[in-house]
Amino acid sequence: MEKRLVKLTVNGVAHERAVAPAATLLEVLREELFLTGTKRGCDVGDCGCCTVLLDGAPVLSCLVLALEADGAEIRTIEGVANGNQLHPVQQAFVDHGAIQCGFCTPSMVLNAVHLLDTNPSPDAAAVKTCVSGTICRCTGYTKIEQAVHAAARACTKTP
Amino acid sequence: MTTWQLLGKPTPQVGAVDKVTGRARYTDDLRVHDPLHVKILRAPHASAKIKSVDVSAAKALPGVRAILTGADFKRTFGVLPISRDEPALARDRVRYVGEPVAAVAADSARLAEAALAAIRVDYEVTPAVLTFEEARRETKTPLHPELEKSNNLHKQVQQSFGDLSRGFADAAVTVEGEFRFLPVTHAFTEPHAVQVEHDGELLVVTSATQVPHYVHLALSEVLELPPHRLRVVKPHLGGGFGGKSDPFPHEMIAAKFALVTGRNIRLVYEREEVFLSNHGRHPTELKMKLGLHPERGVTALDTKVMIDGGAYGSFGVVTTYYNGVLLQGPYPVPNSAFQCERFYTNKPMCGAMRGHGGVNPRFASETLMDMACVQAGLDPLEARLKFLHTGDTITPNGFRITSAGLREGLAEAAQRTKWKEKWGKLPPGKGIGVACGFFISGSALPIHRNELPQSTVRLTIDFDGGITVYSGASDIGQGSDTMLALVVAEVLGAPLSLVKVVSADTRLTPIDLGSYSSRVTFMAGNAARNAAISMRKELVAAAARLSGRAPPEYPKPGEPESPFRLGQRPPDFDSHFLGPNPDYRDGWTFANLTVTPDGGAALDYFQVVTAALAGRGILQTQGVYQSPKLEGGKHKGAGAGLSPSYSFTAVISEVDVDVETGFVRVEKIACAHDCGRQLNPLAVEGQLEGSIHMGLGQALMEGMAYEAGAVQNASFLEYKIPSAFEQPVIDLVRCPSVDNEGPFGAKEVGEGALAPVVPSIANAIYDAVGVRLMRVPMTPEVVLAALAARRGR
Repeated sequence: MEKRLVKLTVNGVAHERAVAPAATLLEVLREELFLTGTKRGCDVGDCGCCTVLLDGAPVLSCLVLALEADGAEIRTIEGVANGNQLHPVQQAFVDHGAIQCGFCTPSMVLNAVHLLDTNPSPDAAAVKTCVSGTICRCTGYTKIEQAVHAAARACTKTP
Repeated sequence: MTTWQLLGKPTPQVGAVDKVTGRARYTDDLRVHDPLHVKILRAPHASAKIKSVDVSAAKALPGVRAILTGADFKRTFGVLPISRDEPALARDRVRYVGEPVAAVAADSARLAEAALAAIRVDYEVTPAVLTFEEARRETKTPLHPELEKSNNLHKQVQQSFGDLSRGFADAAVTVEGEFRFLPVTHAFTEPHAVQVEHDGELLVVTSATQVPHYVHLALSEVLELPPHRLRVVKPHLGGGFGGKSDPFPHEMIAAKFALVTGRNIRLVYEREEVFLSNHGRHPTELKMKLGLHPERGVTALDTKVMIDGGAYGSFGVVTTYYNGVLLQGPYPVPNSAFQCERFYTNKPMCGAMRGHGGVNPRFASETLMDMACVQAGLDPLEARLKFLHTGDTITPNGFRITSAGLREGLAEAAQRTKWKEKWGKLPPGKGIGVACGFFISGSALPIHRNELPQSTVRLTIDFDGGITVYSGASDIGQGSDTMLALVVAEVLGAPLSLVKVVSADTRLTPIDLGSYSSRVTFMAGNAARNAAISMRKELVAAAARLSGRAPPEYPKPGEPESPFRLGQRPPDFDSHFLGPNPDYRDGWTFANLTVTPDGGAALDYFQVVTAALAGRGILQTQGVYQSPKLEGGKHKGAGAGLSPSYSFTAVISEVDVDVETGFVRVEKIACAHDCGRQLNPLAVEGQLEGSIHMGLGQALMEGMAYEAGAVQNASFLEYKIPSAFEQPVIDLVRCPSVDNEGPFGAKEVGEGALAPVVPSIANAIYDAVGVRLMRVPMTPEVVLAALAARRGR
């Protein structure tokens, strides 16, 4: 099938790419834009490792066709820090040892960023729900949940 | 004795910022120039003869550059020299559903995928061997005729120590059980991936592997390429747990394509392919009988195990031994016998998985221990406290146990969980259970018999004062790079920011055997410490010259600090007299980038480096770790499980069992793990929490389902692992333990804690609802069946 033009704004930068109609957003991010921080863990929407924010909301980029995202604002893990200034969620992940192999980390961070954007004081259940969207095989989730709680405290302290 | 500056404090991973910003590059994130993309055609049959493979139609398709079949590989391979039985691509016959049969390299992954459909393979389906019963049966067509056996028994191990019948006669209580375990798999999040680049005469193979050194050796053999023409590199790696500790067919295939086409190669697995390749924990059937005396502890242990190895050897020979030998702890077992048989079947192979070989027998022994305690009227926690190994002992099979610090940890865990107020006293449906474990800190015997140290670390300091650590150890997410940096920075009084770790690159880094058998902190850590101590001596000598002082006189190697050293002394001078304490015996203090003599003025570290470099160019030292020559006894297989040190674990689980649905919820887990001194508590906690996660998964939900040899749940949707909702509240208890041979007193933490998690949950279920479960995973169906059986009695 013929390629079609897609316009995406990724981390504030406007891109135009000709993509195959079957190409997923994940594929375009990784293979066309070289934004490899978004991970491909299963390609069928089970593991959660490819999470990005599409117009502010978390989506599994392996289940979104690039054409569906035409005109959308995408935020990937590469767009979370402000230059060298880590986002409080990122800093909390580092400080609390919420990272082992790091393959689920981009997705965990983006989900947590979205959680704190929409619910600045999440309770334990909200944090668990947020973290449960991604599979992590290393940490047992304990330190990830601690990091999200710590980030929530840090965010409310410094609005 | 000085105090630690960096070690012992919680320290984030050295690569954490890269991982949290998306900068960290994993194998499939690398962008090699203009690669061909590879896809693999896999067998649809568990057992079949390959009558012909016709690739002509596929070859004619646009964008297809090369196709490989079994005929392109002369040699088979395997991680163990004694079972090099796996072909890169099947030849003549296929042995499991999903076995690689042919591979296509094309201009894009889509074109490669499309070409697979055009390959014609003519199979003659043959009867598949799928069960223990079938595998034991006489046959003229075993899976591996090269073994010249009349059935599919791959390996049989028998060992016995003491006098079993006298041991059972001594017992006050004898209990037995038959246990069955489904296969479980690693379920790491990063799929297998490999990229190959040409660099002049070198073939650079970048792979998601725990064992670059073994991959290098296997590639050299299979490709018939001299080792110096290869370079194997492991970038960031997304989880292994043993599942990336073999050389794999895809690595052989990608490298072969690079040779055949002269092009760079990119290959990444689909998640389904990861499940089809498996290498996980062996399905197991196990009979065990345990004799207990209320004063003397375990008097006898008789174990018979069958493990289903699948189609190839992998680590299976080691697994066969580990099913028995790891039962020599955590309690003394004066009289024991074990037999383990590994069978070949027409299923994906099984291999090493976290807790290798020790997890399933531990479930049996700790369940039986619980049963025996209950029958003998003993509190199962008090009894364990009493019977645990003490340090400085030798087991009947010759394991030298140096440090053993679990007793204090278990006592503390009992207090924190209020064990005495809970065990046997909780309301119906609520239960508490305990189990203990024991594991190696690396194997004293290398896989390939040789006289090389198990680990070598090279250290350099150049004009800028930057310290570079070169180590072959693979950071697979457990944080070994951080451990190496911490150890070196500690010895040299440098901030972590001054230390750069270059690791897991077979051209740049000295040999390290890889990340498996919980060996890295103990072995690479010791090597790094020794390299750093040698570097410290260089700097002290320069600092002494600078300040006009006499260089220190180091004490001659005297008797070791621990009288309990039965093995030959390690070859390196320093670890011999240094012991676990940070006492360098040079009279100088290294801290905050200063070097200070006793009673003298501080010298600037960079000034000292400049002085040391004068006339030298670069400062280079190396350190090695070679375990003492442990004797272990004269019996066959005496080397299996020999380790310079052993960890001990206790786990207390609290559960809620719904008797209507059979659903088990693990609410809390307390874990005391004796890993010697904790070098980085943040990493220790992470390993323990991760081990608990994996043990919980095996206990309650994980299991690979096979139908006619084909994996039925080859996705994360169907192969369920615990999510954040299932993870219990965890309380980690420190054990006040110091290992005399571990680096700064440390020993393993990556694997040992997993095994006791599973039986602690079973024992808690017994406390809750009074049924003994001997099927793992303990799904609601298993729980309900046990409850129904008890009602029926």
